[in-house]
Amino acid sequence: MTIRDISKLLNCKVLGGDDNLEHTVHTACGSDLMSDVLAFVKDQAVLLTGLLNPQVVRTAEMMDIVCIVFVRGKTPSDEVVKLANERNIATLSTTCSMFEACGRLYADGLRGGVLV
Amino acid sequence: MNILELKYTIPGDDFTRAGEASSAIKRKLKQMGFPPDLIRNVSIATYEGEINSVIHANGGSVSVSIDDEAVTIVIEDTGKGIPDIEKAMQEGFSTAPDSVRSLGFGAGMGLPNMKKYTDEIHVESQVGKGTKVTMKCRMT
Ligand SMILES: Nc1ncnc2c1ncn2[C@@H]1O[C@H](COP(=O)(O)OP(=O)(O)OP(=O)(O)O)[C@@H](O)[C@H]1O
Ligand SMILES: [Mg+2]
Repeated sequence: MTIRDISKLLNCKVLGGDDNLEHTVHTACGSDLMSDVLAFVKDQAVLLTGLLNPQVVRTAEMMDIVCIVFVRGKTPSDEVVKLANERNIATLSTTCSMFEACGRLYADGLRGGVLV
Repeated sequence: MNILELKYTIPGDDFTRAGEASSAIKRKLKQMGFPPDLIRNVSIATYEGEINSVIHANGGSVSVSIDDEAVTIVIEDTGKGIPDIEKAMQEGFSTAPDSVRSLGFGAGMGLPNMKKYTDEIHVESQVGKGTKVTMKCRMT
């Protein structure tokens, strides 16, 4: 699945990282707790979250996460999008709830990470 | 013999900046061409420690030194200290207030993650004086 596929499945608005839409994503993780995100090693992952602060981008950066989807129609500040752009992380926004967004991606074959 | 030493101050008064030191360290290690797994382990451990020193201790410092055998990370602060280290190391134990939880932290997973991603962890703390966490990630 590519970031473009995710964007289509969730009717996303692309906030940043248009150049990266063809990147492949292998795993996904949906959480509003950053330490939970950090507990699982993921390969080429997408992070779905309802949080909007810069630490979402920092956490993604530490995990080599390639794409962040902000759920429930939330949009982060321009600074947060800029930070993600600088780190080569695509940012998308969907009106889907966390449950709905994860469900759609799972149904299309995306799976979770591996516990260390 | 040390190949490299990095040291950063962690400002305690601005949560939006929490993680900047870890980000700088990660970029430096990438530039130097270390293996991706090692970089990730060091990054996560450093980041959790950096966040802890911001949310629990008003900031501190992080230093990373690298030699042929290991990457050694030391995160130090002069904050309130940890009364029961054994308890603090347990998954799910957290004293973080709701304000911190609403920012996405306070799951009580930071110290367990630091332990999980490193080969050695040593926590020293004195109530009212501060906390020092030393971690090692071996090269192989
Ligand atoms: N540098 C520190 N100074 C004072 N207390 C600390 C420090 N680091 C950790 N603690 C204490 O240990 C507890 C557990 O830390 P840990 O990092 O595992 O969880 P957390 O920070 O509460 O939540 P999370 O890391 O999941 O966001 C903290 O809630 C706090 O009480
Ligand atoms: Mg923590």
